[in-house]
Amino acid sequence: MASDQVTLLDLWASPFGMRVRLALAEKGVKYEYSEQDLMNKGALLLQMNPVHKKIPVLVHNGKPVCESLIIVQYIDEVWKDKAPFLPSDPYQRAQSRFWADFVDKKIYDFGRKIWMEKGEDQEAAKKGFIDSLKLLEGELGDKPYFGGETIGYVDIALVPFYTWFYAYETIGNFSIEAECPKLIGYCKRCLKKETVSKSLEDPKKVYDFVVMLRKKYGIE
Amino acid sequence: MAEVKLYGFWPSLFSHRIIWALKLKGVEYEYIEEDLSNKSESLLKYNPVYKKIPVLVHGDKPIAESLVILEYIEETWPDNPLLPKDPYERAMARFWIQYGANTGAAFSAFNRGSGEDQLEKAAKELLESLKILEEQGLGDKKFFGGESINLVDISYGALGYWFPALEEAKGVKVLEPRTLPRLHAWAKNFVELPVVKENIPAYDNMVAYAMKRPARN
Repeated sequence: MASDQVTLLDLWASPFGMRVRLALAEKGVKYEYSEQDLMNKGALLLQMNPVHKKIPVLVHNGKPVCESLIIVQYIDEVWKDKAPFLPSDPYQRAQSRFWADFVDKKIYDFGRKIWMEKGEDQEAAKKGFIDSLKLLEGELGDKPYFGGETIGYVDIALVPFYTWFYAYETIGNFSIEAECPKLIGYCKRCLKKETVSKSLEDPKKVYDFVVMLRKKYGIE
Repeated sequence: MAEVKLYGFWPSLFSHRIIWALKLKGVEYEYIEEDLSNKSESLLKYNPVYKKIPVLVHGDKPIAESLVILEYIEETWPDNPLLPKDPYERAMARFWIQYGANTGAAFSAFNRGSGEDQLEKAAKELLESLKILEEQGLGDKKFFGGESINLVDISYGALGYWFPALEEAKGVKVLEPRTLPRLHAWAKNFVELPVVKENIPAYDNMVAYAMKRPARN
């Protein structure tokens, strides 16, 4: 695959973008990173993702792949000789897909409500968020990673959201570690891996970004 | 071969998808009808996270979430493939399946819409979403899968019978030859396929159900 041309259209703070960065890092794929201005979307983004006009978009030899988990599966299938993300057994694969989908359904939405809502709505989001993390802790069990001994599909889906936890905690005024120490321990363990630490952004920078977003949306 | 069970609910479009996929793959299974107002111990045991149908149980191993189940069926019974082999084409198929999942909220709004204004707004949003699907997803193909159906067609199957029943219950049409000619034609072709036609509830029952209560699984 020496002549592969791989470009990632992304936004630095996006946990969905971080998923793709992590997937590419795990496979050792060289790519060009292209930071997008979502307030002023460029022609390339609109051309590559005309349906949703969102990042991340992976452009592989001129052909765009959209939606972060679809991109991660694509990366796994194309660069299949190294670091498989999904197990080989169909039942285990189904379980991985189920839990990655769970992360999509619960973590992002509740997290978003924590920093966008106030009062009762925010409290409900905090509860939903913690309940969801606890279910994930149950699924992790005693394994070092959701993927077992190595990072897999669910880890890639989940761990980028860790970079947003500091923002959720500060804005929501609660401690995620107090409620879910096992999950935080897991996230910190992931960060010890170079592929993870170089793919994830600094939580303090993410917090500043969220503060800026709240000002922009007029959330007090 | 370990036994296969499907926990479903007769009007649920999510349930029907699994039936079509199992039939297309020639998989023998036992169907268990769930009373969603009185969920069985088995359902709660097999899907503790969402407590919803459909759930496929293979041997004693449960799989929940219809799209996850469809990929499992595809991988476990690889004859008569329902996804492209090429990774890029697979990614595109998954993209359009995901697009449908994302329109769930628009369908719910249409379902729940009461009063002309709400319904009109929901209908307009749905139409816009379906236009994109028609133009960029389906294009000039007979089926999303080309000459024969695949998982993308299966994922949109509700447009052929469930949605028309809802339109009738609401008295508002969205999917018409006038507004969505190719998608409307696709829907008619899809629902005429024996595997679908023989495995959906009677239309009148669907209308009666749509009139009685909002969709849930």
